[in-house]
Amino acid sequence: MDNFSYARAADVDGALRLVAAPGAQFIAGGTNLLDLMQGRVISPTRLVDISRLTGLAQIDELPDGGLRIGALVSNAATADHPRVRSAYPLLAEALLAGASPQLRNMATVGGNLLQRTRCPYFYDLGFTRCNKREPGSGCDAMDGFNRNLAILGASEQCIATNPSDMNVALAALDAVVQIQSPRGSRQQPLRDFHRLPGDTPERDTNLAADEIITAVDLPPSPFARHSHYLKVRDRASYAFALVAVAAALRMEGDLVRDARVVLGGVAAKPWIIDAAPALLEGKVLNAANLEAVAEAGLRSARPRADNAFKVELGKRAIVRALTTAARAREV
Amino acid sequence: MTKPIEPSGTSRRNFLQSAVAGAVTLPLGLRVHASDAAPSAAPPSAAPAPLQATLTLRVNGQTHELSVEPRLTLLDALREHLGLTGTKKGCGRGQCGACTVLVNGRRINSCLTLAIMHPTDDIVTIEGLADAEGGLHPIQSAFMRLDAFQCGFCTPGQICSAVALVDEHRHGPDNGRPMADAEIRDRMSGNLCRCGAYPHILTAVREALAHG
Repeated sequence: MDNFSYARAADVDGALRLVAAPGAQFIAGGTNLLDLMQGRVISPTRLVDISRLTGLAQIDELPDGGLRIGALVSNAATADHPRVRSAYPLLAEALLAGASPQLRNMATVGGNLLQRTRCPYFYDLGFTRCNKREPGSGCDAMDGFNRNLAILGASEQCIATNPSDMNVALAALDAVVQIQSPRGSRQQPLRDFHRLPGDTPERDTNLAADEIITAVDLPPSPFARHSHYLKVRDRASYAFALVAVAAALRMEGDLVRDARVVLGGVAAKPWIIDAAPALLEGKVLNAANLEAVAEAGLRSARPRADNAFKVELGKRAIVRALTTAARAREV
Repeated sequence: MTKPIEPSGTSRRNFLQSAVAGAVTLPLGLRVHASDAAPSAAPPSAAPAPLQATLTLRVNGQTHELSVEPRLTLLDALREHLGLTGTKKGCGRGQCGACTVLVNGRRINSCLTLAIMHPTDDIVTIEGLADAEGGLHPIQSAFMRLDAFQCGFCTPGQICSAVALVDEHRHGPDNGRPMADAEIRDRMSGNLCRCGAYPHILTAVREALAHG
């Protein structure tokens, strides 16, 4: 790891001032950042430690009945929080499916939003061509080992995936990211926060260099009783998803009244199946209706040589996740 | 290289050593030499002045003061500066769990955090689990009695992780609920064992959960 100067921020305004220096980056949990620095994928010249900023490590009730999760709350504390477990069990399930207990104790909600891809060609400097790491250099993954790379929303420049489980659940829960900068505050729906690669794969998100994530807001959710996070991976635990599905339903008897279906592990962002609510509203979850959602979700899939299996896997995972979600959960 | 300091005291010598031009005072008494402040005197070809920081670490109840580079990981600080080599360096990238230590009672990978980020934390390593008379922690005893290791390299991390697992269960939202073997395996999955001692590790953790 290259050396760097270190500064600890006392508050958000101070953090924004300190990070304005060229080559500066924030560090909070550090689990992804230091891993990338150990591999020299990135080499910041200054780290601004925001891990002890006050006010951002708490979970608060919102006036509308929703929940505000501070950017510095750990993944473990979020998953264990009583309100998250009762009102947003999908989020707790997704968080507990990710990483290891040690990493969940360190990693923050804000950092998880900014987690970089685990594409091996991005991570390993032994490969010289990676448009995300070095714009314009090319992409060795395109015709390389691409078993776990994107099948949806990729471009000629990049087929990296977003590795986060949390982001998939947040997309299904209509989460909103709270952002601050010297220019003021703004908020952005989670669905618009991450970017597809297009011609600028080096940009993972729409967060500007001078901005900081302060919180993630969850609106009141009608999905607490009927939701499921299904993660399909090579090992039973502690592995990134080949395909993941966040399925959330609002049911009246046997009829679906509202639905969210989001895929993980298949694109550079949580892949929201926008057709799902209309396809399921007022319907029973029979085989034909489930199949319709699965087909709609993977219709635009463009697999590469090694990952065509993800298309069928994704369809079957959608069917299973929705079927499991339909069974009522104890809350 | 390091010496324990009085709880109330600052090491005068380290304080003076760090008080050079370009030093920046930060909250919590931390002093960091700013690299961007003093390059003018050096010829362009010279390497930039080394970045050093003075920091305190509280490990196994003892406070230490160190003068180190900011890039020093907590793992390397424990092993190389404090001589606490019980904590192992496996992958150094957060994948194997051999470096697991307890920070404020919570298990973390000490390879993926900077020593400088823990000035006010209570850090416990494998060396700090036994009681003052040297009596082993119940989980250390369980690992020995149940033969939960072969080569022993991953064992300090496994034990620190198991100590935290039992504590998380006792104080967590599922307090009292029996933990299925599959869940124990899942909650220990951040610790790899290349000898494959997993069945006995599982038995030791299961026993620790039952007897607390």
